[in-house]
Amino acid sequence: MFGIGILKGLAVTAKNLLRKPVTIQYPEERVPQASRFRGQEFTWLVDRCTGCASCAKFCPLGIIRIETDPNGGNEQSGGSYRVDTFDIDQGRCMYCGLCVEACPYDALHMGSNFEAGQYRREDLVITIDVLTAREKRPSTWYRPQLERGKFDPFGGEPMEWKDAGREEPFWHPQRPEMLPDEGDTRPTADGEYK
Amino acid sequence: MSPLEENAIFSGTYAFVTDTLSGPEWLAYAFGAMAVIMVVVNGFLLIGTIFTWMERKVVGRFQSRVGPNRVGPFGILQAIADAVKLLFQEDIVPRRADRLLFNAAPIVMLAPSLLALAVIPFGSGSYVADLNIAVLYVVAMGGISSLAVLIAGYASGNKLALFGSMRAVAMLLSYEIPLVMSLLGITILAGSMSMVDIIAAQSVPFVLVSPLGALIFLVAMSAELNRPPFDVTEAESELVAGYLTEYSGMKFGVFYLAEFSNVVLAGAVFAILFLDGWEWAVLPSHLWFLIKVFGFLFVASWIRATLPRMRLDQILSFAWKYLFPLSLVNVLALAVETVAWPDPSGSQLWIMVAVNWAIALAAIPLMSLVVDLGTPVRAGHRAPQTEEMI
Repeated sequence: MFGIGILKGLAVTAKNLLRKPVTIQYPEERVPQASRFRGQEFTWLVDRCTGCASCAKFCPLGIIRIETDPNGGNEQSGGSYRVDTFDIDQGRCMYCGLCVEACPYDALHMGSNFEAGQYRREDLVITIDVLTAREKRPSTWYRPQLERGKFDPFGGEPMEWKDAGREEPFWHPQRPEMLPDEGDTRPTADGEYK
Repeated sequence: MSPLEENAIFSGTYAFVTDTLSGPEWLAYAFGAMAVIMVVVNGFLLIGTIFTWMERKVVGRFQSRVGPNRVGPFGILQAIADAVKLLFQEDIVPRRADRLLFNAAPIVMLAPSLLALAVIPFGSGSYVADLNIAVLYVVAMGGISSLAVLIAGYASGNKLALFGSMRAVAMLLSYEIPLVMSLLGITILAGSMSMVDIIAAQSVPFVLVSPLGALIFLVAMSAELNRPPFDVTEAESELVAGYLTEYSGMKFGVFYLAEFSNVVLAGAVFAILFLDGWEWAVLPSHLWFLIKVFGFLFVASWIRATLPRMRLDQILSFAWKYLFPLSLVNVLALAVETVAWPDPSGSQLWIMVAVNWAIALAAIPLMSLVVDLGTPVRAGHRAPQTEEMI
């Protein structure tokens, strides 16, 4: 019969009229964000970095530029290069996170921001000064030790680099031979190997 | 003495020009009339502007959104912000356009809705003219807007615009008939075409006496105004923006304003013909009238927020196969009742209410059993294969 469907439809919209709007007023309100968010900005722990440039090698877009000085003076045991230039061109970054996966020393983390709009393309290239000066609010993506420590990049204090623990590459418990021995201590925060 | 001369604005201006400025009488008359026109037209356009904001807000709430809320309190200045943006927009006339008609179309669109204001009584005693063929005049003015749509579509030199305006004209011509038929029922009931007489005749609001007429008026009016579910003329998925495709800047703004003011005008006509105009007690008459108009506008926004767009062939067959016979039933019922009681008293009107509701509730389902509006086209639908093809 004509009209019944129309009346039902009108009832549905009338129900919505009485509901609270679902809109989140973005600049004032925010959606809760996952801590694993692979965002803009990178968190770089300079004291961990040996200048091995694994991140630059693994970047599929080739947007990471690293220049190193062999006479570097990092406190990292085993010696390291001093990083002179560390440019990341975020204008072309696709946030795949391969650089973070590649880092053998857990020195590079994804960030958690998404509001890095700029008026000029050049401003999208983040330099070593920016990376060093930036608050350390790493995303917990591919960093299970941060997730285990319940680190929240959006609230609370930014992270001290020494608190950002280390993780062996094969930490997955499905591989029993990779499980730590009894009484084994996991790698310490300041990067000492066991 | 005509109501214009009783008007406070008119007589005030008249007295100001003759006494204070000691001007000639014809000048005073012209100035007085212009003052009235200015108040009426600007007030009407202001309500139209408020309606653009109100509809966006109401439709937003119907869809669990907030609607415009950035400019001013509750976003009420949104219409002004839009107008300023349109004023600063580049005014483009396409190379293949017919320049004169292209520029004339927005004016042709807006003018009739302003002209129709002449016969709308906004409150007891405040109307510009009590025309004895007011209903016919309003319908005639409404017919001009379809001409404007055709002009706009043709003059744009754009095939999508032309398609849009062709659809609009086909639809407007079809829906004009049920619309006029429903108004004919009202005219039969009131025994007059004057808006003032019709309001005086409504001891019971005609929405109760003629429910079928009110329903047909509502449906046909949304088709006349190109509002959903009849907005095939501007079907974005098919025709970009229909006849508005090539318009930009304030010309587009005028079209937009005309569309919304036409809805307000339709609301005013509905309030007068079906909801007893300005009458009802307690509140001042102008306020009552505004409340009724905005009630109609709310229902119009509700329908807009709810119903999806129909196909053009469905719309046309709905008009001719369903709405037109239904309006004939309505006119027949009202005519028979009027012959039985040429001057119905209150209790006789209530009997008519009962009879007409019974007719409406019987006619709508019966018609839907009889009428076939065509099979819907489903995804993957193919024409039946002939033997030759096999």
